[in-house]
Amino acid sequence: MTLTDTDYRKLEEKANLIRQDIIKMLLEAGSGHSAGPLGMADIFAALYFNILKHDPAKPDWEDRDRLILSNGHICPVRYAAMAHAGYFPISELKTLRKLGSRLQGHPHRGALPGIETTSGPLGSGLSQAIGLALAGRIDGAKWRVICLMSDGEQDEGNTWEAVMLASKYKLHNMTALMDRNNIQIDGFTEDVMPLDSLKNKYEAFGWYVLEIDGHNMEEIIDAFSQAKAIFEKPTLIIAHTIPGKGVDFMENKFEWHGKPPNKEEAELALKQLQKSGE
Amino acid sequence: MNLNSKLFDDGVEQIPSRNGFGEGLVLAAEENEQVVGLCADLTESTRMQAFAEKFPQRFIEVGVAEQNLATVAAGMALGGKIPFIASYATFSPGRNWEQIRTTICYNDVPVKIIGSHAGVSVGPDGATHQALEDIAMMRVSPNVVVVSPADSIEARKATLAIARLNKPCYLRLSRDKVPVITTNTTPFEIGKAEVFYEGKDATIVATGQMVYRALMAAKELESSKISVRVINCHTIKPIDQETILKAAKETGAIVSAEEHQVTGGLGGAVAEVLSQNYPVPLQIVGIEDRFGESGAPNELMEKFGLTKNAIIKAIMQVLRMKGK
Repeated sequence: MTLTDTDYRKLEEKANLIRQDIIKMLLEAGSGHSAGPLGMADIFAALYFNILKHDPAKPDWEDRDRLILSNGHICPVRYAAMAHAGYFPISELKTLRKLGSRLQGHPHRGALPGIETTSGPLGSGLSQAIGLALAGRIDGAKWRVICLMSDGEQDEGNTWEAVMLASKYKLHNMTALMDRNNIQIDGFTEDVMPLDSLKNKYEAFGWYVLEIDGHNMEEIIDAFSQAKAIFEKPTLIIAHTIPGKGVDFMENKFEWHGKPPNKEEAELALKQLQKSGE
Repeated sequence: MNLNSKLFDDGVEQIPSRNGFGEGLVLAAEENEQVVGLCADLTESTRMQAFAEKFPQRFIEVGVAEQNLATVAAGMALGGKIPFIASYATFSPGRNWEQIRTTICYNDVPVKIIGSHAGVSVGPDGATHQALEDIAMMRVSPNVVVVSPADSIEARKATLAIARLNKPCYLRLSRDKVPVITTNTTPFEIGKAEVFYEGKDATIVATGQMVYRALMAAKELESSKISVRVINCHTIKPIDQETILKAAKETGAIVSAEEHQVTGGLGGAVAEVLSQNYPVPLQIVGIEDRFGESGAPNELMEKFGLTKNAIIKAIMQVLRMKGK
């Protein structure tokens, strides 16, 4: 089904609303990560409102696509997207990181229906996505696995163990997407631990690699449908994103990796986002 | 208890407990088609080979990558499978402990972690390959069941039992041959310790191949008119508090015996039960805060104090403490 310009604009509006909720949640929580969630809002809007085969009313529907979020610390964006998709009331977003909340600081499978696995410790998500894809293949299942991961967690040895295995078993029922935002806690990725060229590395390991602008709705959706058509190879989408996207004083600042906005910063951020959403 | 009638003979049959796992895995896979096996380049040595040959579509070889072993298995369990992952205990759960903690235990998925080559009885490979900390590592994590069978027959039963249990499980195995003390009809139930030898003066709570040495010790002490109970504590978590406390009340003195560090293992678990419920004198027989080394299995068991005589010495000690 071809999407019209109006369809893309609607997805962009969703992404903008998700960004606003991320700011509100983080202000309320008083801790958490800002840059990564804002940077991934367009991709999450595309996933929950177009790409994923899912049913918010039946989170454990057997035929759903499985979305694994490896870098669990960006969960505010997943929670906001899930709330907007109808998994739970938007008002529940305010409970993020609080005692008794289903919205744990890092997502937990046992806490919230629709969260496929517990994550946060980096480098473990791709392997779990592979495990799901292997299980699905044994059963002849139609659902697909999508694994989102960060560029920082490419530092982890476990990630590369997984990269080799996906290639060995030619897992084409799984698509991985890497948030290439160039920052991690201690600084820019290329200073902390040089990663480039990630495209060459993954291709050398036997993957099919696409590179996209992670804020361009059309490119995001095209990339996932292209990945479905690749046979006998796992696909990696390297999505170039701007950490803190949409809030000018957060954009591309690694200092915003792991902190929330204060009241004044949140007001300014919301003003900017509301303006760009008009 | 229907124990092996030739148990106390010099020529008692000896089989590595990992062999029992290999047989049990094939049976479990025949019983339930969701059972899958993953190995990290140790398929023959961990005895996963027979399963891999019989069910090639359900066998995943991940290469020398224990972190991936645990996390891929977690993913397969999320997809409805019952994955068995096999390696040496020093590497799994040794190297991949955090992956097991987060993606298996915290996720609460039914992955079965098979740690072969536990204890100094691994022999000539030396300390790097002799897991002496694995019980401690695994039993601190919520949700997981920890099983340490006494011989190959019990290992087979344990493999079938954990396959049927919808929980994360850890199964501890030995490399070297160990005396066969049980039979097909010896009772085995996860979480239920069994009294293998009746006694009233003291109790030995043993696990793994130390159960055999405990029985030998009890038999020898009989000639000195000392009556010792022997409990086979194959499930270390959840530990059978009832059977241990009953022994504490009825015999008044306990010795624990394991091929593992004296901190954090079976002895630690027994101490936790006794001290908080019914304190009685306790001695812990195990490895005294040291690493192993190369040597023949029997030489190492002797050198590290994992013998019948070491258990007898500990019994005499708790009896003295009890007498005060």
